[in-house]
Amino acid sequence: MFLEHHEGELQKGSLGVLAKAAQLGDDVAGVVIGSGVKELAAEAGKFGAAKVFVADDASLDAPLPQPRVDVLASLVRDQGFDTVLFAASVLSADVAAGLAARLDAGLNWDLVDLERRDGQLVGKRPALGDSVYVDVGWTGEPRLALFRSGTFDPAETGGSAEVEDVAVELEEHSRAATMVEQAHAESEGPDLAEADVIVAGGRGLGGPENFTLVEELAKALGGAVGATRAVVDAGWYPYSTQIGQTGKSVSPKLYVACGISGAIQHKVGMQSSGTIVAINKDPNAPIFDFCDLGVVGDVHQVVPKLTELVRERRGS
Amino acid sequence: MKIAVCVKQVPEGNRRLDPGTKRLDRSGEGALNAFDAHAVEEALRVKDHSGEGEVVLVSMGPAKAADALRKALAMGADRAVLVSDDGAAGADLVGTSRVLAAALEREQPDLVLFGQQAADADGAVLWSAVAERLRRPVISQVAELTVADGKARGKRQTEFGYDVIEAPLPAVVAVSDAINEPRYPSLKGIMGAKSKPQETVTLSDLGVEAGAKTEVLELSDPPPRGETKKIEDDGNAAAQIVEFLAERRLI
Repeated sequence: MFLEHHEGELQKGSLGVLAKAAQLGDDVAGVVIGSGVKELAAEAGKFGAAKVFVADDASLDAPLPQPRVDVLASLVRDQGFDTVLFAASVLSADVAAGLAARLDAGLNWDLVDLERRDGQLVGKRPALGDSVYVDVGWTGEPRLALFRSGTFDPAETGGSAEVEDVAVELEEHSRAATMVEQAHAESEGPDLAEADVIVAGGRGLGGPENFTLVEELAKALGGAVGATRAVVDAGWYPYSTQIGQTGKSVSPKLYVACGISGAIQHKVGMQSSGTIVAINKDPNAPIFDFCDLGVVGDVHQVVPKLTELVRERRGS
Repeated sequence: MKIAVCVKQVPEGNRRLDPGTKRLDRSGEGALNAFDAHAVEEALRVKDHSGEGEVVLVSMGPAKAADALRKALAMGADRAVLVSDDGAAGADLVGTSRVLAAALEREQPDLVLFGQQAADADGAVLWSAVAERLRRPVISQVAELTVADGKARGKRQTEFGYDVIEAPLPAVVAVSDAINEPRYPSLKGIMGAKSKPQETVTLSDLGVEAGAKTEVLELSDPPPRGETKKIEDDGNAAAQIVEFLAERRLI
């Protein structure tokens, strides 16, 4: 399991897939790659890794994919891993595909499940706007799999991992790209891929200033803020919050859609959420066809009241 | 400056999986993958900025994919290379990246551009596999691109904000659809596209095999969602939402 980390913390998506791997009953090793990341190995042990390989080197500081391909490729060769798992992110997708080419290994992506069937691993992938589910397999080893973010919950086992350092040797082309400036955060609060609750806003909010309604509700629920493509394109909210076909796919436990019509481009990014609550003044909005609770009403009225009630209830 | 743009023809209109082959039905009309138009646009801009050069389209697909390439030629690309071979049908990431890399090796471009994803298979990983096969640096999800002094500098959109990454040419860059607004082909462009060089090559011309290391086993319906409860706000909706969330232990 390739364990991604950001600002000194293992990413929840990675820990979720790690839990899934441990649950499949295999001997699961985590791989942590970066600079000054040794202490993350112990953390991975608590979430189900029996062993953690750590590649810790100054040359691995920037979150660039190609050096990570080098580390994983030599690990797979030396340790004989038959399966390598990744939780979807901009970085992990590039690492997984680079590794697939390096090892000539099959990569199945956007998986929402993995199971053992007659001794074979079978992945499940929603396709064509999630209108059909496809069972996918691998015709050889190693198998590479990239999971849709938020698919599995991390499970704290409280275990401890055996830690092994890995020597780092990078290919020439893997050292060519350099990070000039890194990760200028654009939003506050929990990251979208990490959040159990997402409150998202669309055109129906009426203007960028009304995103504060969404932010306040997200804060009250302890969630993250998401946005539709339309409002990102209109410059109301940053791209890093965009949910949908050209943004992120998320599946939080609770998704609250405020003033979102539910166009297919948005739907594909959020319809696998646990519970979907939609508030929209148009009773014919498509989102009412795939939500659990649909409220036909004015977001400017309903959302602030909801925020207040949630605050009261949570005593904050 | 020689720029190659990898483009794909995707089925137009409603997409379906062929229950027999379990592959995407590609028998109907095809169109240029809309995400690739952003890569073509960016290539044209880089070429214009550098004052000289060539934009070459590189694609893999059925013979009729030539129609989709013509649209990109009409936008202003100079010529097109289509790898078309029955042996390439059903190729997955491993196979497709091997074929495209071979076609690109033949062209030796300074810069290879990809669009953000394929609208048919929703794949968004090919560039990284191709870059690996070419042994070139890669920058993906690029919302702003500057090419100057033998370097590509890209602003990468990530989950956490923006990174700025620089790589020496030759390099592979995948652009986000936020990078530009693709131009519409002019009438002159459409007319001119017909006389631009379009070459079709086979796998044996390139000396590669496609192949796949993944397989589709079965198709099924998505898990059903439960019933939707729909209410109209009579001033009390917020309280009803809270009650609903409490029942489901979400707050």
